[in-house]
Amino acid sequence: MKTLKFDNVYLLSSASVANRIENQGPLRGQFDAFYEDFYCGEKSYEQGEIRMLRDSFNLALSKNNIKLDDVDLVYGGDLINQLGISHYFMKNIGIPFIGLYGACSTSCLAAINASIAMQNNGVDCVATFCCSHNATAERQFRYPNEYGAQKPVTTTSTVTGAGTMIFSKQKSNIKLTQCTIGKVCDFDFKEVNDMGSAMAIAAYDTLIEHFKNTKTKFIDYDLVLTGDLSNIGLAVLKDMFTVQKYQDLDRLNDCGLLIYDIKKQNVFSGGSGCGCSMLVTIADVFKKLEKMTYKKVLICATGALLSNVMIQQKMSIPSIAHCVVYERV
Amino acid sequence: MSIITAFIGCGTVCLIGQMIFDNTKFTPGHVTSLFVVAGCFLDIGNIYDKFIDFAGAGAYLPITSFGHSMMDSVMKGIESDGLLGIPLSIFDSVSGGISSAILFAFLVAIIFKPKS
Repeated sequence: MKTLKFDNVYLLSSASVANRIENQGPLRGQFDAFYEDFYCGEKSYEQGEIRMLRDSFNLALSKNNIKLDDVDLVYGGDLINQLGISHYFMKNIGIPFIGLYGACSTSCLAAINASIAMQNNGVDCVATFCCSHNATAERQFRYPNEYGAQKPVTTTSTVTGAGTMIFSKQKSNIKLTQCTIGKVCDFDFKEVNDMGSAMAIAAYDTLIEHFKNTKTKFIDYDLVLTGDLSNIGLAVLKDMFTVQKYQDLDRLNDCGLLIYDIKKQNVFSGGSGCGCSMLVTIADVFKKLEKMTYKKVLICATGALLSNVMIQQKMSIPSIAHCVVYERV
Repeated sequence: MSIITAFIGCGTVCLIGQMIFDNTKFTPGHVTSLFVVAGCFLDIGNIYDKFIDFAGAGAYLPITSFGHSMMDSVMKGIESDGLLGIPLSIFDSVSGGISSAILFAFLVAIIFKPKS
């Protein structure tokens, strides 16, 4: 797979909406808005998730005075079956929509698709979004909170939050320059409570491919972020790079470890979910790119393509990772 | 004294459950099912009845007691109806537990909203 290069994809606007636990973490105050509880003033968790998504979308539009009519196309996704959250949100928007499912890698997947549409198909302005919600995702993929199941320390906590990015051909400070689309990887990993390790192989595969194609190393980026490997998956990934004699591994970090303080917060081995990489990208990476703290950041969002039905048939967990490079212009 | 033996009895069962959960890939559902089956088998030679004599409430409380009660009613069913007694009577003595679990879960669901 080639690394795709783009020369006219700029970030026009972005907004993030988080929940109480995320706002108690290291990124406190960096989010554009946050809610105090899982319901977000709605009747159910799912409707709360839709509300966070709607807020992030509206905030991203209003930040740069973008009119809804200016947005030509929307790419987005979430974790819930049939992309319930995305579709029920988009039904009131009235803009052409393409729903994407890449598990927790959706944040990068959407940005990649937006860039391809803009580069090749003359679309001028594309919005991308993704969201995840602890209570809705836990119910679907693990156990409902009410079940009170004990969790092993290797589990991750799904991030509750939504983010929207709006890309345009109009020049701005942050540019999306390259992307590498990942392959579905599977090395017969079956432990549903340790998805970080399952995804480490996919992150490794895509990162190696990206480094090879672009002839870059870790030192060429101010920061290389994986999506939601957690501390266990990140350690596995670092080991794999160490074996291949890669240097400057201190530049490699994980969004799941940046969004929570895993020593102080009760989140097991870190954050996960597509909201995780989305919130960290918008609330932390973009702000630091804007302030020139970083010049070039590589984000590799990872997704465990877990299917409950397949797991019950004793199948393994495939995973995928997509890379995106953001640069300060 | 009975409080202490109940604590020791129930605590031991819970300790075994926790050790299985921590050291295997079993889910909570696996452990629960395993204990129900274990309770059935412990009816052999009235082992579980001896455990009840020792621990009292501490033996009635864990899910193993559910398996033991099922086995008890199956044995009674076989005595009165033969083989047909197995399906007919298997839930006889545990139906109270099942029905009240459903009823109370329903009542709680009406009154309270789940939180994080």
